[in-house]
Amino acid sequence: MALNVGKQPLVSVEEVFFSFGTAQVLVDVTFSIMPDDFLAIIGPNGSGKTTLLKIILGILRPVSGVVRLMGEDVKHFSRWERIGYVPQKATHIDPFFPASVREVVAMGLLSKKKFPRLVKHHDEKAIDEALERVNMRKLKNRRIGELSGGQQQRVFIARAIVNNPDILFLDEPTAGVDAEGQSQFYDTLDKLNRMHGITVVLITHDIGIITRHARKVACLNQRLVFHGTHEDFCSSAIVQEILRGDYHLVCHRH
Amino acid sequence: MLAYGFMQRAILAGLFIGLACAVLGIFLILRRDAMIGHGLAHVTFGAVALGLFLKVSPLLAALAVAVLCAFGVVKLRKKAGLYGDTAIGIFSSFGMATGVVLASLAGSFNVDLLSYLFGNILAIEMAEVLLAIILAMVVLFVIVLFYQELLYITFDPESAKTAGIHVTRLDSVIAILTAVTVVLGMKVVGLLLVAALLVIPSAAGLQVSGSFRQAVWLSSTIATCSIMTGLFVAFYWDLPASGTIVLSSLVIFVIFFSVRVMRRRKTSILKGFNNQ
Repeated sequence: MALNVGKQPLVSVEEVFFSFGTAQVLVDVTFSIMPDDFLAIIGPNGSGKTTLLKIILGILRPVSGVVRLMGEDVKHFSRWERIGYVPQKATHIDPFFPASVREVVAMGLLSKKKFPRLVKHHDEKAIDEALERVNMRKLKNRRIGELSGGQQQRVFIARAIVNNPDILFLDEPTAGVDAEGQSQFYDTLDKLNRMHGITVVLITHDIGIITRHARKVACLNQRLVFHGTHEDFCSSAIVQEILRGDYHLVCHRH
Repeated sequence: MLAYGFMQRAILAGLFIGLACAVLGIFLILRRDAMIGHGLAHVTFGAVALGLFLKVSPLLAALAVAVLCAFGVVKLRKKAGLYGDTAIGIFSSFGMATGVVLASLAGSFNVDLLSYLFGNILAIEMAEVLLAIILAMVVLFVIVLFYQELLYITFDPESAKTAGIHVTRLDSVIAILTAVTVVLGMKVVGLLLVAALLVIPSAAGLQVSGSFRQAVWLSSTIATCSIMTGLFVAFYWDLPASGTIVLSSLVIFVIFFSVRVMRRRKTSILKGFNNQ
C-alpha cells in the first residue's frame, strides 16, 4: 500500500449499482485500483465479477454510480490505447477463424489510431515487440486456431499490450488451459507487472493465483466483501465465510 | 464470346458484383450472419414488385427498401432483443408476402418479376452496368476503409468495444452493404440465388485460408473464376447464366472443401504417427 501513496488511482469505482431486470447483480460497489497493483477479483459464481469488469470497461452501463478511468468518466473516456483487455471467451475462439497471430495482435493497435484505422508497415515493429514479450514471435504467421489454449492466451495478451497500456484487465484468462500453459501464462503476467510496470487486474476462480501472484484482492458477492492486501485477505474471517466450500485458502508469502 | 457487347457487359458487371459479394460474404459467414443475404433477397422481391406496381425503377425501389430493412433487422436485434434469424425471418416474410400480393393485384408484370427472381445478366443494359460498377466499388471502398475494424468486430466484438470501436454503428454499415450487394447480385443470378453468390465463393476461400487477408484474396479469385466459368458455360451451352455461375462456384467449393478434409486427415495421420 505504501508504494501507492500520493499516486492517483487508475480506476475508481464509485457507488456502482447494476441489475439485470429485477435481479440485483452489483450493490454499492466502491473501490480503487492503483498503479502497479496486481489485483485479483474473486467471488462465487454469479457474484458479479464479469459484470463489474464490463462496467469498468464501458461495455455495460451501471444503473447508478460512476466509473473513472485515469480520472475520466468511462462514458467519455477516449484513451483506450492505455487499456488492455483479455476477455473471458478468448479461450473459446472459433478454431476455424482465418486470422493469423499477426492479424490478431494488430487488432490491438486500432485503439490508438484515428480514422481510417489502417495497420501500416511501420506497425510491424510494435507487433513483433508485443509477441516477443510473450515469447510468441516465432508463431507470428500461424493461424490462431492452430495454437494450444495457453499459446492463444499469450497471443491475446500480446494484443492487449501492443500499445504498452498502463493497465491490463483479464477475465478468467486460463479457463480451459492446461496446467503447463497456465504456469507460463501467469509467469508472463508477473513479468509484465514487475518488469514493465503494467497494472494487472485479474478475475479468477483459481485461488492458487491469488496466493502465488496477486498482491491485492477484491472479493465480490454482489457487494464488495473485501478489498485489501493479499496478507489481510488470507486472515479475513468474512472472506473465509463467503468462500467456504468453493475455495481452500493456502497463503504464501510474496 | 468476348466480341459480343452483351457478353462484355455481363462480364464487367458480373466481375465487380462478384468481388463485392465475395469480400462481404467472408464477414457475413464469420459473423454467423450468412442468412441475412437470403432474408434481404426476399425483402427485395417485395420491393421490386412495389417498384413495378408504382412504375418506378425496380432497382432503385429495391435499393431503398433493402437498405431500410437492413437497418430494421439491426434495430430489431438490438432494441427488441430478437435473435438474428427471427428478425431476418420477420422481414423476409413481410417482403415475400408483399411481393406475392402486389404480383397478384397487378398481374401484368409477372414476366418482369420472374426476370428479377431468376436473374438475367446477359440482358443487362449499359446504364445498369455502370450503376453496378459504381455501387460495387462503393461497397469495396467502404470495406477497405473499415477493414481492420470490421475484422476486429467480426473476431471479437466485446474487445473491439474496449478499443473505442463503435460496434453497433459498424453492424449497421455491414447490414447496409449487404442490402446494396443483394440488390446488385439480383441482376447477376436473381433473387433466388443471390445468397449463393454471397456465401459460396467466400465459404470456399475460407476452407484453406491461413489468414484473413488470404481469405479475402482467395474468395475474390474464386468469385471471379465462378463468374467467368459460369458465363462461358452459359454462352456455349445456351444455359441460364444464373444457374451456371452458382453451379461453377459450388464445384470450386467442393474442390476446396475436399482439400481441407484431405489436409486434416494428413495432419491427424501424422499426429498419430508421431504419438506412436
